[in-house]
Amino acid sequence: MTASPDQFPDPAPRSTGNTAESLREKPWVSDPLSDEAAAAAMVGRTRRSFITAAAAALAASLGGAWLLSPGGRRVFAEVMRLNEGVGRQLYRANSRAPEFARDTARSPRVNGTEGLSDGFEPADWTLQVTGLAGGRDLPQFNPALAFDGADEPGSAPKFPAAPVAGLRLALADIQALPRVEMITELKCIEGWSTVVHWGGARVADFVAKYHLPAQNGIADGADGGFGLPPYVSLVTPDRGYYVGWDTASFLHPQTLLCYEMNGAPLSLAHGGPLRLVATSKYGIKQIKRIGRIAFAHQRPPDFWAEQGYDWFSGL
Amino acid sequence: MKRLERKHPLAVRWLHWINFPLLTLMIWSGLLIYWANAVYSVKILGYELLHFFPQKFYEVLGIPYQLAHGMTLHFFFMWFFAINGVIYALYTLASGEWRALVPVPGSFGRAGRVFLHDLHLIKTLPPQGKYNDGQRIAYTGVVLMGFGSIITGLAVYKPLQLAWLTSILGGYEWARAEHFILTLGYVLFFIIHIAQVIRAGWANFRSMIVGYQLVDHVAPLPVVKPIDKGDPAA
Repeated sequence: MTASPDQFPDPAPRSTGNTAESLREKPWVSDPLSDEAAAAAMVGRTRRSFITAAAAALAASLGGAWLLSPGGRRVFAEVMRLNEGVGRQLYRANSRAPEFARDTARSPRVNGTEGLSDGFEPADWTLQVTGLAGGRDLPQFNPALAFDGADEPGSAPKFPAAPVAGLRLALADIQALPRVEMITELKCIEGWSTVVHWGGARVADFVAKYHLPAQNGIADGADGGFGLPPYVSLVTPDRGYYVGWDTASFLHPQTLLCYEMNGAPLSLAHGGPLRLVATSKYGIKQIKRIGRIAFAHQRPPDFWAEQGYDWFSGL
Repeated sequence: MKRLERKHPLAVRWLHWINFPLLTLMIWSGLLIYWANAVYSVKILGYELLHFFPQKFYEVLGIPYQLAHGMTLHFFFMWFFAINGVIYALYTLASGEWRALVPVPGSFGRAGRVFLHDLHLIKTLPPQGKYNDGQRIAYTGVVLMGFGSIITGLAVYKPLQLAWLTSILGGYEWARAEHFILTLGYVLFFIIHIAQVIRAGWANFRSMIVGYQLVDHVAPLPVVKPIDKGDPAA
């Protein structure tokens, strides 16, 4: 088909080939103005818009500078708490990270030695489980691992008057729990991940076996029926590394008290005799060489949170 | 005689200019996160052509090695970036602006001619509305990329709770790579966008701030001309 520019031979718009027509764009143009009137109208609009734009740019710059000031950093902290709230809302006890084929498992990079001081004697190791809120009143088998966490100030103690003693467990006690294996990605907060074949006991089985809630008589329902306080604190025997967990993630079925890696007993470099392994948190939370587990009503201290990382770090 | 043509609605101008610093901050904080595990490179037959990024890159840009700070910024500004983008998408759909933006049948073919025209290899542009076909593809594409960044970002951010999403995207490692490639796409978009804005001149740039531009009365818009598909200049 040929057509001269002066012809409109086809009433069907699709045949014009003009893209403005194909979706019926509706441009808006003013009535014709004299050149002078048009220029004046443009100058007025330009002035107004550029003043607005400059004011907006200035406000954004000042706002940005304030955000980076000590006062503004609180805003970041608030949004991190908001993100944590979203993470907690997203949490589902039946969520599962994917598992991988056994032959894809590798040995992960040893990415930190904090809390793994020399002179550690695995044969002497025991796991201390104490510190359910009001922890200082509980017997501390190893005074060096005394739990400093306290109930929230002013809150009524949620404990029976005479709490039972905490637990002191040997590796054999953990190994006596149902043994589970999982081949999952260890995700480092730095951004890398490694598929690792882990073996150990589910934290949930451990809690159920030792009747931790029943012993302590707490039932605030915050953790799906286990009746545990909302937070967990874990430290290494030398207190050089410590992490805080929310109890819900701690009880996730893919959170293990781990004593085997890639088919062999967990080496000291990877956190032997007992480390935490999880799919719900980054590696920074999966503490090696656990010395003490304590439940708490307040957010426990966390090694990397003190360095500016997100306390929750939930996946 | 002239006419004032309203080219960009107020909402689009605001959303566009708010997006600019937000995307810049997302890319900047993304770099602060990426450096902690800077593993990506372009390899051809085992030879590393380009590593993301050479040491010089960090030095020239003065990028501090601050993973924690980068994550804080990224997970702060992500809200504003996403909300701004969603408002833009909704506005574009509700206002009818999408008619000028989305590719139409034949856009991909004509975009090739726009490309040749912009390289000064052919003289005429295909007929167009507010945007030419290259722009339709680029502007729709970059909005889809924004959507993709949110999706891949969520998959990397919550790979357990959103395991289904991470899995659809090919797993955790792939989702991270896709998130990174999309970012490279923004940088590429930005470079071409800036070059084209400079090429198009002051009146075009001003219209993105003022919203209006002057058009000659003698060339009414839109030009609904029948054209010869072979040669629009005929």
